[in-house]
Amino acid sequence: MSATVVEGSPATTVTTHRPPLALTVLTVFTALMLLAASYMAFLYAPTELTMGAVQRIFYFHVGAAWAGALAFLVTVVAGVAYLITGKRSWDIVGFSSVEVGLALVTITLASGPVWAQFAWGKPWTWDPKLTAAAVMWLSYAAYLMLRQGIEDQRRQARFGAVYGIVAFASVMVTYVGVRFITATIHPAVVGPSASTGQGDFGMAPRIRNAMIFSFLTFTFVFATLLWHRIRLAHLTDRVALLKARLLSRLG
Amino acid sequence: MTLELHAQRQPEAARATPLFKAAAAIAWKDLRTELRSKETISAMLVFALVAIMIFSFALELDRTGREASAAGILWVTLVFAGSLGLGRSLGREKDQHCLDGLLLAPIDRSALYFGKLAGNALFMAVVAVVLLPIMTILFDVSFFRPLVPLVVLMGIVGYAGVGTLIASMSIYARGGEVMLPILLLPIALSILIPAVRATRGLLEMVPFAELSTWFNLLLGTNVIYIVLAYMLFGFVVEE
Repeated sequence: MSATVVEGSPATTVTTHRPPLALTVLTVFTALMLLAASYMAFLYAPTELTMGAVQRIFYFHVGAAWAGALAFLVTVVAGVAYLITGKRSWDIVGFSSVEVGLALVTITLASGPVWAQFAWGKPWTWDPKLTAAAVMWLSYAAYLMLRQGIEDQRRQARFGAVYGIVAFASVMVTYVGVRFITATIHPAVVGPSASTGQGDFGMAPRIRNAMIFSFLTFTFVFATLLWHRIRLAHLTDRVALLKARLLSRLG
Repeated sequence: MTLELHAQRQPEAARATPLFKAAAAIAWKDLRTELRSKETISAMLVFALVAIMIFSFALELDRTGREASAAGILWVTLVFAGSLGLGRSLGREKDQHCLDGLLLAPIDRSALYFGKLAGNALFMAVVAVVLLPIMTILFDVSFFRPLVPLVVLMGIVGYAGVGTLIASMSIYARGGEVMLPILLLPIALSILIPAVRATRGLLEMVPFAELSTWFNLLLGTNVIYIVLAYMLFGFVVEE
């Protein structure tokens, strides 16, 4: 690591690193939205006729899946931006988004089988959507392992960008490709459901409202967590910088 | 270590060797090295044979079971054997610092990618050529059907295509040999699914019209991955 430091304030300046006001506001707002979304999922929305109470899982299951996919798309954009500009801040956006996305997809993967056990009678099938979700989880877990195994920060960033792009392509190909060919039994919550789908359900207005609200909530959850994670990464960088500076003074 | 060497990028005019010729030269180099030592291909072959034996013993399938799973077993074996070859192919360049030399050569970076891809696909093809007759005997399911070689070839090229890119990253990671399958297999699943489905369909004598979508998907995935790897490979080996 380079010990020569030119930029930044002198190490002697005591700076507090409180989160910016906007972030605090956003965090509180997101927490309130989560509460409201829980209310809508559990109390506001009526119990679905064919599936019963277990259908309420959908509000979080689908919302988290959407936000997870969005997170990995953000990683692709950040990856391309990094490869073009070579800026560390883009790399930070990239891996922060992967970490948040992985947590969100974990919610989806954990909640899905609970519902499927009731609706399909078995927790897992190799359905296109499920396959794509599993591939997604595995690829991005591998992404984090790849980064962890590489010492050099710039190489880490380059490989992260490349792997993030390829992994997203793989998820899209698995999902879109397989979906077009085999009929999915996974209900399409948004958009037309396949005619062979078992769980096709017309949405009652209250169910639809709760669903839309959960999409919105999880978008906010993603944005909030991403911002926090990015901020944490910048602070970590700053600590490393100060540490290096201190060591160079001592040595 | 040889940062200074990498830093001197070759001027554009010096990159005189045409892409195809340069790629062929790199593939030929890999082939010649392999013909002398035979260490990669023999490891791949022995691994593939052991894997087939294990599948054959472990599954103890009846007639219909064998027909249904032979395609899957073929691809799983090919893919794992292939990951051995991919790891060696790029690991060797890095261990001996040959990669530095290759990067200094007055050729386009993509020539290095396509050369490596060709070499890796060739090794996998050799394994497949040995594997198909043996599996035909062991599983009593004939792989000698029209279009089976085409599916096998397409699957191999796609797998080697994305595998070459991933392996060129995994060699830099701590515990690179362990990392390669972890990084590669989730990505390669999108090639494996159509390859297995198409092979299985062919073995079960399903008419081609019903399988053409799998062929298209396999072809499409190959194109996407190879174009993507072609564009990204330069960033991986840069520095």
